[in-house]
Amino acid sequence: MKVKQISVFLENKNGRLSEVTRILSEGEISLRAMTIADTADFGILRIIAEQPDKCLELLKQHNFTARVTEVIGVRLDDKPGALHEVMQIFEDNKVNIEYLYSTLMLSDDKVVIMFKVEDIDHGLDIIMQNGMEAITAF
Amino acid sequence: MIWNKQAECENRDDRKVKQLYNLKKLVRHVYETIPFYKKKFDDLGVKPDDIKTLADISKLPFTTKDELRETYPYGLLACDKKDVVEIHTSSGTTGTPVLGAYTSNDIKMWGEVMARCLCMAGGTPDDVVQNGYGYGMFTGGLGVHYGSHTLGCNTIPISSGNTKRQLMMMRDFKSTMLTCTPSYSLYMAEQAKEMGIDFKDLSLKAGIFGAEPWSDNMRKEIEEKLNLEAFDIYGLTEIVGPGVSNECQAHNGLHVNEDHFYPEIIDPKTGEVLPEGEKGELVFTTITREGTPIIRYRTRDITWLWHDECSCGRTTVKMHRLLGRTDDMLILRGVNVFPSQIENVLMRIEETEPHYQIVVDRGDSHLDEVELHVEVEPNFFTDETKSLEKIKAKIGAEIKQELGISVIIKLVEPKSIARSEGKAKRVIDKRTL
Amino acid sequence: MIGDLYADEELERLDRDALRALQLLRLKKTVEAALLTPFYSKRLKGVGITSAEDIRTLDDVRKIPYTTKDDLREAYPYGLLSVDRSEIVRMHASSGTTGTPTVIYHTQKDLDQWTNMTVRSLRATGCTKEDVFQNMMTYGLFTGGIGLHYGAERLGMLVIPASSGNTTRQFNMMKDFQTTTVHATPSYMLHLYSRMEEMGYSLKDFNLKRALIGAEPHSEEVRQKIEELFDIDAYNSYGLSEMNGPSVAFECTQKKGMHLWEDAYLVETIDRSSLEPVEEGEMGELVLTILIRTGTPILRYRTKDLAAIIPEPCSCGRTSRRITRIKGRTDDMLIINGVNVFPSQIEEVIMKMPGIGTNYLIKVRKEGTLDKLTIHTEVGAELFTDNAQDLHNLRRRIVEELSASITIKAAVELHEPGFLPVQQGKAIRVVDERGSVF
Repeated sequence: MKVKQISVFLENKNGRLSEVTRILSEGEISLRAMTIADTADFGILRIIAEQPDKCLELLKQHNFTARVTEVIGVRLDDKPGALHEVMQIFEDNKVNIEYLYSTLMLSDDKVVIMFKVEDIDHGLDIIMQNGMEAITAF
Repeated sequence: MIWNKQAECENRDDRKVKQLYNLKKLVRHVYETIPFYKKKFDDLGVKPDDIKTLADISKLPFTTKDELRETYPYGLLACDKKDVVEIHTSSGTTGTPVLGAYTSNDIKMWGEVMARCLCMAGGTPDDVVQNGYGYGMFTGGLGVHYGSHTLGCNTIPISSGNTKRQLMMMRDFKSTMLTCTPSYSLYMAEQAKEMGIDFKDLSLKAGIFGAEPWSDNMRKEIEEKLNLEAFDIYGLTEIVGPGVSNECQAHNGLHVNEDHFYPEIIDPKTGEVLPEGEKGELVFTTITREGTPIIRYRTRDITWLWHDECSCGRTTVKMHRLLGRTDDMLILRGVNVFPSQIENVLMRIEETEPHYQIVVDRGDSHLDEVELHVEVEPNFFTDETKSLEKIKAKIGAEIKQELGISVIIKLVEPKSIARSEGKAKRVIDKRTL
Repeated sequence: MIGDLYADEELERLDRDALRALQLLRLKKTVEAALLTPFYSKRLKGVGITSAEDIRTLDDVRKIPYTTKDDLREAYPYGLLSVDRSEIVRMHASSGTTGTPTVIYHTQKDLDQWTNMTVRSLRATGCTKEDVFQNMMTYGLFTGGIGLHYGAERLGMLVIPASSGNTTRQFNMMKDFQTTTVHATPSYMLHLYSRMEEMGYSLKDFNLKRALIGAEPHSEEVRQKIEELFDIDAYNSYGLSEMNGPSVAFECTQKKGMHLWEDAYLVETIDRSSLEPVEEGEMGELVLTILIRTGTPILRYRTKDLAAIIPEPCSCGRTSRRITRIKGRTDDMLIINGVNVFPSQIEEVIMKMPGIGTNYLIKVRKEGTLDKLTIHTEVGAELFTDNAQDLHNLRRRIVEELSASITIKAAVELHEPGFLPVQQGKAIRVVDERGSVF
């Protein structure tokens, strides 16, 4: 149920991001989502890949500092209010969201939103209890 | 004006007689009262009576910074503890500081030599001295302070930092002399522009700059931008603090107050005394200190000494502005820093390993901008920016604690610090003086 | 026993009549000096005082109008100078209510007199030349550090000019040099204690006998706590840069109120509304005239500090009357870790920041034992950019400007619009959450 997200430490300098995409492209890794959290002088790149273990392995081989972080992917209808519905459930059940982002996927009129929550087990329970769909992997 | 004509313009032979007298007295005193020196003398088989001429000083052992650390705190104290009225410490290479202890005679002597320095830069009792060196354990602030009071100037003990206030005081109180690090003076010039202050409207006539190496190019820039005459000053806590030597208005070398601080130049490799005019490591013996006198202290500073008939009338020996160091010590914003200190800090912090690089540059601010690059280890990398920011803050706080200066911490990717033959280059100094 | 602790027994035990005669003599001299300053010559002439001879008794001091901090600001930079500039050998400055500082000039004689007072104060607490004195007050324009420095050196103590901050180094030196006496703010003493264990020290490492505490108001409980924690004696002190600095009033070993050195200062206590004198023993605003300084004479200075004069003589035999600890302020000045800060100074800085306007709140609270100043401000649409760097820079700029103005490093927190309460009428921009220290 938990999705493996790869987090990568990046300096804010030219070429670092393209270095990552080059490595992943050469390793034939398919990306499903990507987001960057930036601060004044460094960033953390977060990647959802189809082959997370291989992705992590490749990045480590190339001396990147990378690790796995577990997140929840919730599949939602592509319609107004769908996201709010989840948010309301999270709020009501005190699931603390650290960050979220959307994926590149859009199929069967569904979208997937990735959530990083403080207590992932609690978050997943809430999703299940409310009859929503959490993806297991891409 | 010459503060002490008697001492500064004395016939050289007469001065030598006094130097020898004081040297003999000191050597006997430290031999008889300080076990550390007795052992060192005995190891070399030298006795106080062997000092018959000034040249015999070469028979005496050197004292190094490491030895000062090893004898900390009171191992080299040459007087009764009760007679010490002030102490200063400077940072050592690995955290153990080095002690300078002053009796009230030492404090008077310090005021005297600093008053001479202020006069060398054209100072008189009518001057308003804005003292921008840091006050406290650092000798820069209080040293200049005592000299300014000895000379009878109006002393503004503004200490370092707080640039806006510095400029406001300078304008409102018509400061005529400024004392601070050379790079800070240029920083002030930049800030002045922003505040709409033109140095041409101020009353500064002279600046005495030291505590870090600088060049004639910087002098030109400072003189132009601050509209004053710039003078180089030299000193170190182990000897007394500021006041060891200073440029006179001839701007041709720094007059050493050699009746108190006896200088030699040695070959840093062999330890042999080099003839006058040759470049080497500067060594001092503090022949009149009572608190913590020091025999043949190896400063690690590279320069040379010479005598000439200076147009100012002073007959004291001159030293050239510093040419470099014999060790890896860095001077950052006037603070002496050894890379090993930074390594110690990173070792102490659980999350980090000492994979670092110090990058020093002078940006538009003219101040030393110090970046400490620390490689992000997988064991402290988390997915959260805030935890990384926390580690950054922790490193920054520890460095500030250890070195007394703020550095910018930059987290970099592992292995991104250039290594040559497996050994990482620890210091990148981009400053051009 | 106490007899050993006088620096100048004759002066310190002068009988009250002789003391008053000395005060009158010195007051006349001070008025004479004041008449030479542009500020006072105008003000004194305005009330008919044209020469020192117009002061015949000590009560005549009441003919002289009060001097306020704003007066000092108006007189900046040279309006209160009574001697030729070449006579000045030192100046000190403290913060004014806005950017203009309050400046005091000293001649060499003024400094010597001040040092006499600090020697006397140190002796009154039992300090001798055998003592090792670690001075943890800031050195520089602020008088706290340099003031006692000179007295301690004159007394022959071993002085460690540690200045403030750098707790690790303070501990190292306390241990290495077996410091017996420290000078610090009470909150810094508590801070030291709270860090002691984690930094690997215990009381056994030290040789501490006494702490001289001051520069911020504190209660008797805080003093006792410091004494118990460190197993030392803690002595309260009072001073302000307008009146030279530390050593206006100091406790003796009896620890029952601070002796206000009356040969050096003329003290009055007044009602803060009517400005009439209150009865001796009653709480009022301290009004001080410095009698030992000619460089910058200041007459009847309204300190805004509330205290009472203790009429009864002290068992130590000193004849200078004592004052109680400071019980409060009559204005909105904040004392943050020993530094005097006026909210108006902070406002001045914040108002200059583009886009912030009036959306801010100044909060002071205790973090551990130290004071923490936080500026909360809203980031409106015009300030917000997606670039983390821009917000970072804005924050840094506020921090830097504040530190230039009030010498304190504040924390700045940026909030979404609507975070701060909407203000109606006179806005409350200062929230002091430290609780009452008075």
